[in-house]
Amino acid sequence: MKSLHLVLTTVIGLLLILGSLNMPDTGDPGSPPATHVSPRYIESGLEETAVPNMVTAVLADYRSFDTLGEVTVIFAGAMAVLLILRSTREEDES
Amino acid sequence: MTPEQPDLIVRMVCRGLAPFIQLFGLYVIMHGHSSPGGGFQGGVILASSFILLAMAEGSETLRRRLSLTALTGFMSAGVLLYAGIGVVCLVLGANYLDYGVLPFSEPRSVGMLVIEIGIGITVTAAMLSIFRDLLTF
Repeated sequence: MKSLHLVLTTVIGLLLILGSLNMPDTGDPGSPPATHVSPRYIESGLEETAVPNMVTAVLADYRSFDTLGEVTVIFAGAMAVLLILRSTREEDES
Repeated sequence: MTPEQPDLIVRMVCRGLAPFIQLFGLYVIMHGHSSPGGGFQGGVILASSFILLAMAEGSETLRRRLSLTALTGFMSAGVLLYAGIGVVCLVLGANYLDYGVLPFSEPRSVGMLVIEIGIGITVTAAMLSIFRDLLTF
């Protein structure tokens, strides 16, 4: 069973490395992410949002739904910690 | 010296430092849309000042000053402020979270500032709530 795991891990790792060989170079201006929406953000971000910080313009305006999800994740995380710790404490007291 | 009553110098230095940390945290939140920063980073800085005070004053003071009800309320209020701006945009006739219709001179900038404040409130309260839970556990 252990050798099967080893073989599986090796094969999947090799497949992942094989897949990463075709990825575009870092910072390649002709790669799909750099030619799809990035030029629009860079060229018209300032006049569309009136915000000089491009990172915030993308995070809080173009991708506001994503950031709403992030805040909800933090909220849910704090809620989970609160519920778990509080319920354990109540069991101890009773 | 019991752990509940730390050294006088430590307490005074932490009390002196805390307002400056809080001011910096507020600056990072308010200038998130024109310089590096934002609600997440500023919220954590703001929470760290309260954690510094709590460590200096002892856990009993923290438990007395920060009620779980208030922390949970602030956590929910931040998310509600964020989602509420989206609903306001809906009511004014645009898409959800499309700040362009808000009645200000630079509506998108103002909309972003409001959601950064909402994020800051939620992150501050969440960090403090987790810290308080782990401390009193």
